[in-house]
Amino acid sequence: MIYDQASYRDDSDELYEPLLVEKASKEVAVEDGPLPDDLTRDTLEMPELSEPELARHYTRLSQMNYGVENGPFPLGSCTMKYNPKYIDQVAGLDDAAVHPDRSEGSVQGVLDVMATVQDYLASIGGMDEVTLQPPAGAAGEFTGIAIARAYHRANDDERSEVIIPDSAHGTNFATAAMAGFDVVELPSGEDGRVHLEALEEAVCDDTAALMLTNPNTLGLFERDIEQIADVVHDAGGLVYYDGANLNALLGQARPGDMGFDIMHFNLHKTFAVPHGGGGPGAGPVGVVEDLAEFLPDPHARETDDGDYELYEPAQSIGKVHGYHGNWLNSLRGFAYIARLGGDGLADTSEKAVLNANYLATQVDLEIPYGPFHHEFVASAGDLDAADFAKRMLDYGVHPPTTKWPELVPEALMTEPTETESIETLDALATAFDNVLAEDEATLASAPNRTTAGHIDQASAARNPRLSWHALEDGEE
Amino acid sequence: MSDTTEPGNPFTPHTPSDVEQMLDAVDADDATDLFDIPSAVRFDGELGIDARGEQELKREITETLAQNDELVEFMGRGHFAHYVPSMVDELSMRSEFVTSYTQYQPEIAQGFLQALFEFQSMLVELTGLEIANCSIYDAATALGEAATLAQRVRSTSGDRVLVPELLHEGKRGVLENYADGPDLVVDTYPMDDANVDVDGLEAAIDDDVAMVYAENPTVRGTVEENASAVGDLADEHDALFVLGSDPVAMSLLQRPADVGADVVVGEAAMLGLGTAYGMGTGIFATREDYLRQVPGRLVGASEDDDGRRAYTLTLQTREQHIRRERATSNICTNQAWLALRVAMHAAHLGADGMVDLAERMVELPTELAADLDALDGIEAPVHDRHHFREFAARTDRSAADVAADLESEGFAVHAIDDHLLQVCVTDVNEHATDDLVAAMEAVL
Ligand SMILES: Cc1ncc(COP(=O)(O)O)c(C=O)c1O
Repeated sequence: MIYDQASYRDDSDELYEPLLVEKASKEVAVEDGPLPDDLTRDTLEMPELSEPELARHYTRLSQMNYGVENGPFPLGSCTMKYNPKYIDQVAGLDDAAVHPDRSEGSVQGVLDVMATVQDYLASIGGMDEVTLQPPAGAAGEFTGIAIARAYHRANDDERSEVIIPDSAHGTNFATAAMAGFDVVELPSGEDGRVHLEALEEAVCDDTAALMLTNPNTLGLFERDIEQIADVVHDAGGLVYYDGANLNALLGQARPGDMGFDIMHFNLHKTFAVPHGGGGPGAGPVGVVEDLAEFLPDPHARETDDGDYELYEPAQSIGKVHGYHGNWLNSLRGFAYIARLGGDGLADTSEKAVLNANYLATQVDLEIPYGPFHHEFVASAGDLDAADFAKRMLDYGVHPPTTKWPELVPEALMTEPTETESIETLDALATAFDNVLAEDEATLASAPNRTTAGHIDQASAARNPRLSWHALEDGEE
Repeated sequence: MSDTTEPGNPFTPHTPSDVEQMLDAVDADDATDLFDIPSAVRFDGELGIDARGEQELKREITETLAQNDELVEFMGRGHFAHYVPSMVDELSMRSEFVTSYTQYQPEIAQGFLQALFEFQSMLVELTGLEIANCSIYDAATALGEAATLAQRVRSTSGDRVLVPELLHEGKRGVLENYADGPDLVVDTYPMDDANVDVDGLEAAIDDDVAMVYAENPTVRGTVEENASAVGDLADEHDALFVLGSDPVAMSLLQRPADVGADVVVGEAAMLGLGTAYGMGTGIFATREDYLRQVPGRLVGASEDDDGRRAYTLTLQTREQHIRRERATSNICTNQAWLALRVAMHAAHLGADGMVDLAERMVELPTELAADLDALDGIEAPVHDRHHFREFAARTDRSAADVAADLESEGFAVHAIDDHLLQVCVTDVNEHATDDLVAAMEAVL
């Protein structure tokens, strides 16, 4: 048993931990201050707890939460690797805390790190220039597709469609739509990869870009990648690389060498920036030379005399973040890459792929598509994948991503990452196989050893209570 | 393995015999055999990145960052710092928080979900609106999201959004990019002494306007006195009133719901984070009517199968992983951990602490502006308004030159126009105001 929280259920019949305001709150009247009354609010109510009480509150909350250091976290597509401690320490350095409007001359240290990590990422991706502006993967997609749009406009060639394989992540579709494009969904071939003929049928004069993940979300390398890029390029489109799965390719293959024109990196997946319960991340975007002039404003670079500066690229798409992106995560990413070096990065992908392949040999589940790399998508077969996942929690491990990609029925998308040991992988395999041997009724009644029991999602959505105010109203 | 630069990733647990056993199991001679990559696109070059030991690397980063000049910053314009209590750092860094993921398995993520629910609740309290999400990247992207929401919820088509003529260039620029896809046009309305020029707004607004944006405090640091008038004008034209603010300002200034705001966006990173070269924590709050059009994640209360209150991500059918190209936004990863830190910091302050801090943010710029105004060659504040944290000052000399000279004296301020400086003072730099005034006197 790696993680057992069942004892929390004995504490109370009503809840697991009271809200701060349920412990103590105070409403103050806002009056007699430095502003006239008609420019101020009337009252403010906030929790009213001492620091020691707050420390208990948040420690307790942390104990009701599962992180990478609690046990394996094989969420496919999310790359939940161990986050080395020194990374957070360097992000906490006083000199990293500067105001974004400081003169360039007075923040040479920050700009030096930015320009260097841009170069590192360019080398890793086989790209010519990299911007650190986008604050997450989806923001990287938005930036990349805006660059594609600007490129076509600069050629007086307004295009209206973005092609996306059916197995792609939801952000790809949403990004294309947000940027004003029609989405053309590409059905995958029988082998789970892009089907060249289908792609040839899908491209046309209106194709602005193809968005592709490689290895794709089934963990499969798009072997025809060069032809795929040719088909799109011949139609005048650009090829965008969704870097969510880059952990499979570090030092092994580079999107730029495969024919991709634009890509994003996920520093919070591949480069060990902690996920922080859902963010902040960082989604730098790399481009080939012809597209460098479209990068967002501002862009960091080294000058001829060895200083660093910010400038606006000639045909910049403009701003995608209020300032300079999630700078502290650019710094964290730098710290990770510099610690590992080129050889360490290559070793990372080898171990990530070895771990996924080893784990796959240890589980009894069917894995319809292969050969896979850093992740595999198993099928829960006759069992419901969501229930399967809930039951895995009872074995003290975090379950895989479920029900996606839909090409695999009852998908269990599993990505162990390179930082798990063989012993942990064996324990994980045991958890998979134990659940597989159980009946649907057992699964449906899970989980039992977690902080909370099975949570009713439907009622949360039917009767939305999104604040402590809404809870109080409900009680009245 | 504490400080090795041996080839390989120091954070993998594999011993050589583990690797052998695993290779055996997968029937491969070498891990590289497992890659199904055509040789034409296999990379056999060098990445050209040297590995460093941890100690060496920390020294290198410390030295690199030390190239930054040590300046006392009197800067704001949307990115602010307040003192962050040590408790926030220590407790938010607990690995269960910082190394966890989005709460797709709520049964083992109750802690983070509850913290985010508390964050949302604080914003509901501060704004007076019913709904707050659990963060957007930053204030600028939150504004972009607000514009597209305004267009979606409007019953008739409307393709214009109105923003103040004085607006932070980062917000304006990001808004332009969000506006491009849905073919929204960004137009401006005039300002009068840094607040909304209500007559000018009335002249600029028509029934084609889907959103009117205003800020309190404004980008010049003035307290907006016409917020209600903006709300009324927006209402008359069936436009959404989107108000930009922040949690400290909202602790004192008119409650957004009371001036008719339909959406509140803004920056919250002055709580819990402070100066981080622009890294932010975007907030997004709105009326219940627009619940199903909200971008980003929402945490709701529900029950588990024992009937205990439990929290979960909810209304996910708005989001990209379910709704794909029909999602309300493409946002997936957000700023959750920073939202946790905002909530911790706000809870540490409490209601008295929040209001006291906010009142101090009115007093400090008034005091500093008066001290500067007493010098020759500078007029402060320029705007005859109440101020919050910052103010503009007119200099006889070129503002850029004054700012550059101040830098040599160890201070950073904004030069925002030929003869205009902007100066921001909060609890983190108030200890140095006398020194700033002395330096200013020397350089004017
Ligand atoms: C394949 C893929 N693409 C894009 C994204 C979006 O990245 P982010 O969450 O950083 O916005 C994800 C995130 O889970 C992903 O798995």
